[in-house]
Amino acid sequence: MAGSGTAHLRDEDDIVLSVRNLTVEYVGSRGERVFAVSDVSFDARRGETIGLVGESGCGKSSVAKAVMQLPAPTSGSIVLEGAEIAGVKGAALRRQRRKLQMIFQDPISSLNPLRKVKDIIAEGLRVQGGTSKKEVAARVQSMIERVGLDPDTAADRRPHEFSGGQCQRISIARAMVLDPEVLICDEPVSALDVSVQAQIMNLLEEMKERYQLTMVFIAHDLAVVKNLSDRIVVMYLGKVCEVADADDLFASPAHPYTRALAQSIPEPDPEAQIQEAALSGDLPSPLNPPTGCRFRTRCPLAQEICATDEPEVREVRPGRFAACHFPLDESATDEPPLDASADLDHSAERAVVA
Amino acid sequence: MSTGTEPYVDDVVVDDAGQQESFLEVENLRVWFGTPRGMVRAVDGVDLQLRKGETLGVVGESGSGKSVLSRAIMKILAPNARVLDGSRIRLDGVDLATVNPKKNRHLWGVDLSMVFQDPMTSLTPVITVGKQLTETLRYHLDLDAKAARAEAVRLLRLVGIPEPEKRFDQYPHELSGGMRQRVTIALAISCSPKLLIADEPTTALDVTVQHQILNLLRDLQASSGMSMILITHDLGVVAGRTDNIAVMYAGRVVEMAPTRRLFSHMRHPYTRALIDAIPKLDHPSHTRLASIPGRPPTIVDPPPGCSFAARCPSAQDRCTKETPTLVTTPDSERHSAACFFPLGTPEGDVARRRNIEAGVTAAGTPVLSGVTV
Repeated sequence: MAGSGTAHLRDEDDIVLSVRNLTVEYVGSRGERVFAVSDVSFDARRGETIGLVGESGCGKSSVAKAVMQLPAPTSGSIVLEGAEIAGVKGAALRRQRRKLQMIFQDPISSLNPLRKVKDIIAEGLRVQGGTSKKEVAARVQSMIERVGLDPDTAADRRPHEFSGGQCQRISIARAMVLDPEVLICDEPVSALDVSVQAQIMNLLEEMKERYQLTMVFIAHDLAVVKNLSDRIVVMYLGKVCEVADADDLFASPAHPYTRALAQSIPEPDPEAQIQEAALSGDLPSPLNPPTGCRFRTRCPLAQEICATDEPEVREVRPGRFAACHFPLDESATDEPPLDASADLDHSAERAVVA
Repeated sequence: MSTGTEPYVDDVVVDDAGQQESFLEVENLRVWFGTPRGMVRAVDGVDLQLRKGETLGVVGESGSGKSVLSRAIMKILAPNARVLDGSRIRLDGVDLATVNPKKNRHLWGVDLSMVFQDPMTSLTPVITVGKQLTETLRYHLDLDAKAARAEAVRLLRLVGIPEPEKRFDQYPHELSGGMRQRVTIALAISCSPKLLIADEPTTALDVTVQHQILNLLRDLQASSGMSMILITHDLGVVAGRTDNIAVMYAGRVVEMAPTRRLFSHMRHPYTRALIDAIPKLDHPSHTRLASIPGRPPTIVDPPPGCSFAARCPSAQDRCTKETPTLVTTPDSERHSAACFFPLGTPEGDVARRRNIEAGVTAAGTPVLSGVTV
């Protein structure tokens, strides 16, 4: 898995956000390099939601931050409505930020506890300038209402007086008041109860329809991502594994990693057979990622070539892009679970590694 | 696993009726917290039974009281918690209230142990993994240093940690989240507890690791025969892994049934709402979710009436005036629900249909689109 390559990018007019060859590397405490994101590309059409999924440490949050220039990526290109924003600084970046807003995972710590809700929401408009005080107040008022809070009681209160779900509504209002083109949501519902999660997900869908919003939605819960996304990018250890339409991806995964993820989801059905864990072990360290395909150390299908040649993202079936030397075919979901053959394949693979 | 469990019987009262079938019995448990706003009824009259070797799932949203329930059983409640008179928790025939605080440490680990949600905060950051394990083993099982080390390494291997000898000398921060949770599980089972309480053990973990950890707990239980309480907000986690499920809301159990029966014949509108709110992989993308309006109440001096009435699509006048109690369903004595208008009954269907037609419930809450009978 886990490849570079841009075969899945689309050459169309209505692409709002295009990320190419994005690389993010951090320097660790001992001067070592952490390869958080390596050569990731994706694009989003206007009004489309792109879902980014993967285990923690796969680089999905680093992608989000790099797109926001928080901090700027190590290399790569990020084109927003035709304008390159990678490496843009100062006032020029501030102008672009109006079009690009973000919602974070922890709703409570992402709001300044000392400030009133109306000031938190108005901050972006004030920074951007060019809006009269009266208009700022009016827009804040209507946005508070639009996210489902009562403007009369909520506006003058501070974040600690609200529940997690309400704080996330405030975060959404803060992002949406600038009327952005692209909204980046980094695990916005992971900290919420299922009942509140459903409320916030429905709210995001309403916002998207109302404003023709383009979203990048990041979550580790595959069902959440599927529900909100049009197209899903599966990431593993800083690389793209598979890209597909939301409705097709988990029905017939092409990448062994996607299949393993799909098999790990607990089903709310007591009759469902519980399978042996599809993946053993943990994510390898991004300090020293495996050669070739980064997934090969946990992949039940790994062969010799996977250690030497890195697979590129390619179209393995119509409309389906995967970075794998041995992609699963469409009928693969009917096969027995991965673990049946895992031991055999692993011993073969270990020999290769040795 | 070693079986050096020393009984701690001396001054413990063993009830005459200790001949019970249930291994854990919770009776009318009420735990209230003193706060500036008044007494918060975190757990308000919970009855539970758990038989030997069985797994009970406790499901509910945050604030439903499920964690306070587990802490009450563990006897690790916060100082401002008050366990009200008449509450009783009996483990293997022993009334836990009669175990004095000094003896608690013979209870913990040996009879009862717990796995917490966040493995980083439940391990001591400044002591090696091995030391944390051997400390427990030496205290409870009276092992010498060498035997304790061998046992600790065996435990680490048992919970699936690669290179246990090397991990033995590492600190918690050197391990991944999944590995840390394996260490806390190794700690929890180190003295062969009779009851293991796992409070959201996989909430902080990735799905792939969650799957591994839940399978590990299942395998450990199968080999040791311990009883288990699995506490979670995710009905998906408990569906295939428990014998019985108790659904909690606002400090009370609102429905309890054998797992398969709960999913096939659910009676309480809250249970149904919890399931309906979960996004499902087999639904097409952009399917609108059936969210539950409002949020769980904080219970200070609750008015009469069902605590779920304000959010319930089936709510009728009676629900806002009288408090329903947990009653056994006519067709199964192991299935009970606290609802005046249960799902799947003629009166429940009528109530729900009436609300859907009116577009609003008796509690004044609009009925959301997507609510069906």
